[in-house]
Amino acid sequence: MNLFLIALGAALVNNVVLSQFLGLCPFIGVSKKVDTAAGMGGAVIFVITIASAVTNIIYKFILVKLNITYLQTIVFILVIAALVQFVEMFLKKMMPTLYSALGVFLPLITTNCAVLGVALINVQKDYGFVTSVVNGFGTAVGFTVAIVIMAGIREKIEYNDVPESFKGTPIVLITAGLMAMAFFGFSGLIK
Amino acid sequence: MNKSIERLYSGIIKENPTFVQMLGMCPTMAVTTTAIGGLGMGLTTTIVLILSNMMISALRKVIPDKVRIPAFIVIIASFVTIVQFLLEGFIPSLYDTLGIYIPLIVVNCIILGRAESYASKNNVWLSMFDGIGMGLGFTVGLTSIGIFRELFGNGTIFNIRIMPAQYEPVTILILAPGAFFVLACLIAVQNKVKLRNSKGTADIDACSKDGGCLNCANTLCSGKNQELKNTAEGEEA
Repeated sequence: MNLFLIALGAALVNNVVLSQFLGLCPFIGVSKKVDTAAGMGGAVIFVITIASAVTNIIYKFILVKLNITYLQTIVFILVIAALVQFVEMFLKKMMPTLYSALGVFLPLITTNCAVLGVALINVQKDYGFVTSVVNGFGTAVGFTVAIVIMAGIREKIEYNDVPESFKGTPIVLITAGLMAMAFFGFSGLIK
Repeated sequence: MNKSIERLYSGIIKENPTFVQMLGMCPTMAVTTTAIGGLGMGLTTTIVLILSNMMISALRKVIPDKVRIPAFIVIIASFVTIVQFLLEGFIPSLYDTLGIYIPLIVVNCIILGRAESYASKNNVWLSMFDGIGMGLGFTVGLTSIGIFRELFGNGTIFNIRIMPAQYEPVTILILAPGAFFVLACLIAVQNKVKLRNSKGTADIDACSKDGGCLNCANTLCSGKNQELKNTAEGEEA
């Protein structure tokens, strides 16, 4: 039950994009079409879940054991960069269909601050292994929900008459702001 | 000497990271709920930027070209860690306000962008001024957004009450949606200026095709943009 609450909180109440402003670049860059947005979301779910597990293990069994937790930022960013490369190679070799679906988005994820953000939040909140993975998964699902909704709205905005200077990014940000207001409604879900 | 002043001018005004280049948007939106948060984040980033620019510039002949990005990231992450501990030790209130966004300075595209496009090609002295200029430009951007949001969202600036007591604060501005709205208006104003200058939509079109200028906040992309800009500048000189 507790795990469910953590997942729900990470996905909806503290939505990673709309209330914590992490991973904004792909959120605005890759939300033109629903298909690509869903692809990006899938890739993010995949990477963040694995990254939460790996960083948790490394933190617990290497950094804490050797008493070098102060190196966490350096270690995490390198681990995440290496992990994305590794996942890409692994998928290319073992699961070509999944790779062709997610492949384009994987390199983009290295620069996604949500991945490092989740790893750091897990450590900050002292989550155990299972909780970390659940939190990472929930966060990534939240990202996917937000980016897919955004892509759906953007496909409709294409046909609207937007003032010249608001075309492109500004109208997307306004939409994101309205979505963030809507997501406030979820804050009553968890006390 | 002239060149170092030119770097300062270019960082603070001509290529201001917040208002002109639109880089580092995640911290821009997250910490500007108060003016003090914006100022703190700006100065913290400035210190990291100056130190990493100097270090990368000093090591530019040692770091092999193929592994330069990971090397830059390690250098930046080290300085971020040092600054994080200094803040935790000496300014704990700011440390609590900025929270997770301090370690996330590592992935701030301004820093890697400057390392890639300027510090790895120029000497230590100029790189230091480039860091100071860009950092102060970022600080000015964040602080002014912070002042705006705090003034209208809470009626105060740096925790000093400015608005009269009858003023009903627009609370939405200091909440998450407000960040999106403020930034949207900022970019719209910038587009307006661009439209007036170019008297055509070609620029904007090219921009929105790839998902807007914000898309360029992607580190690698911004690095490339900068590279192009710099080579163009170099040819002119």
